[in-house]
Amino acid sequence: MSEAIVQVRDLAKRYGDVEALRGVSFEIAEGEVFGLLGPNGAGKTSTIEILEGMRTADGGTATVSGLDPQKGGAQFKRSVGAVLQSTSLPDKVRVGEALNLFAQLYGVHTDTTRLLQRFGLEEKRQASYSKLSGGQKQRLAIALALVHEPRVVFLDEPTAGLDPQVRREIYDIIEELRRDKKTVLLTTHYIEEAERLCDRVAIIDQGKLIALGTPRELKDRSAGTTRIEVSLAKPAAEGELNGLEGVTNCRTVDGRTVMHSTRPPQTIVALVKHLESKNNELQSLEIAAPSLEDVFIELTGRRLRE
Amino acid sequence: MSHAWTLTLFRLRLAMRNRAFLVFGIIIPLVFLFLFSAVFARNGGPAVAYVLASVLAMSVMGSFWGLSQQLVIFREQGILRRFRLAPIEAGTMLLSSIASNLILMLPGIASEIIVAHWVLHMDRWGNLLSVFVLSGLGAVTFAALGLVVASVANSMMETQVINQLLWLSFILLSGVAIPLPSLPGWIQEVALFLPATYLVTGLERALINFASLNQLGAEIASLGGSALLAFFVCRKIFRWEPEEKVPRQAKLWVAAALIPFLLLGAWEASRGGRLNEANSIMRSTFGEKPKDAAPAAPSNR
Repeated sequence: MSEAIVQVRDLAKRYGDVEALRGVSFEIAEGEVFGLLGPNGAGKTSTIEILEGMRTADGGTATVSGLDPQKGGAQFKRSVGAVLQSTSLPDKVRVGEALNLFAQLYGVHTDTTRLLQRFGLEEKRQASYSKLSGGQKQRLAIALALVHEPRVVFLDEPTAGLDPQVRREIYDIIEELRRDKKTVLLTTHYIEEAERLCDRVAIIDQGKLIALGTPRELKDRSAGTTRIEVSLAKPAAEGELNGLEGVTNCRTVDGRTVMHSTRPPQTIVALVKHLESKNNELQSLEIAAPSLEDVFIELTGRRLRE
Repeated sequence: MSHAWTLTLFRLRLAMRNRAFLVFGIIIPLVFLFLFSAVFARNGGPAVAYVLASVLAMSVMGSFWGLSQQLVIFREQGILRRFRLAPIEAGTMLLSSIASNLILMLPGIASEIIVAHWVLHMDRWGNLLSVFVLSGLGAVTFAALGLVVASVANSMMETQVINQLLWLSFILLSGVAIPLPSLPGWIQEVALFLPATYLVTGLERALINFASLNQLGAEIASLGGSALLAFFVCRKIFRWEPEEKVPRQAKLWVAAALIPFLLLGAWEASRGGRLNEANSIMRSTFGEKPKDAAPAAPSNR
């Protein structure tokens, strides 16, 4: 890995009695698209906002481009761009005007027409912020984050609440950032987003980093297995299905049973026989290749979705 | 400084797109001017100048409401945190609020003076330099006080409550809605500690007695000193984030912004000159105390 442009060591953050971050550490190399994957409340936004300089950490250290986000001042702010999760602009501001304003505040001369074209907003140049759709607002937010050509871009849940088509548009923009060799830190709770976009993914849960690696490395934890997810008429007892042929692990998640099997056909046959003997019934059955969600389930016993 | 100017221009453009600027900045003050003149200055002359001083003071103090609400809205909607990402300081944001408010207020002040003179037959211009300096300084002071309120209040509702209390006391107790000499003696003593009193009596002196800037030294020093202190205080306790709450002890800083008026009030209470002068201006204008005194307070904005 080339030299780290983002370094996080033992980051801790507390809100009253709640420990939001409990010793999170990772590094991001220059030009890397790095994902923080976890459910809501896992500590993703706290981590990214500490790195943006929007929050102070209660413990540990964080540097971006060699600068402390709290002490780096204008030099730090010029080196990073960010799309915040909860933010807005005044209703009456126009799209082109917002880009020009932030370019001026960063002290740069940016070709705003090119930026508007790049983000599909050229027809909205004169439109008020309040007249934009959710997707257009998010594209504008990304354009504003890039107006000063930062080295590091923070994207906090950039596709949350957007419809699938707009989400794909945002994916294309992030792919473009990768081609431009930007360093990107992305938080998400969408598995497909992390798998598709990120060079490496850190899985975070309850303020702790529980797994880190490329999507392939993480999925290799479940290598050679297939996920079999079933719902039963009567819930299976703890450990009841662990002994079925081919099963490597089995957990109950949200009332459904999730098994990983090295021999799916044999496992299914064994499952049906077992259920018959227990006078139980199979209500539904899904088979899928393992994903990052399986890694999360394996590590926490819960799903990524709330 | 260039960032402050950039943001000031930006805010001016936004305000010009907002009908509220035209309504609250120009139309409503003129409505009050016509209304008060119809009641207290039917024959034109110096009485119009007396009424104009009250209406100008009200327009200037409007800065207080507008800016405090705008800052809270910007904070609650997450607009401030977007600006926080850019290389700008809290002081820059605050300075641009105050500067744009000052610039936006000038057309309203000018239109009120012109209408008073040409339409309502005010028999004098007063000392226009003093009127504009006092109005401008007042706008800066009350804007800064409004920003202090916004910095202290934790929600829009809290801002509204604090604004109502301050606005009503400014309007009712300081000679804006009811001439100072018409108020009970103990209220007149209280009025000496309110910033609005120095604005309205200063404007009366400038418009009716042609007081020069030199003669308005106490008003200018107290308004200017308070503006500086208020700016310092709101910069110190400024919050970018909606969920950040102001520490209780920080609220004590608010009192600091009113120090010049506490000192001036104590001095004026001991010498008694200001109340005598207010009385003499009213007598010279109306001949005697008007029975039910002046204008009713406008409702909040």
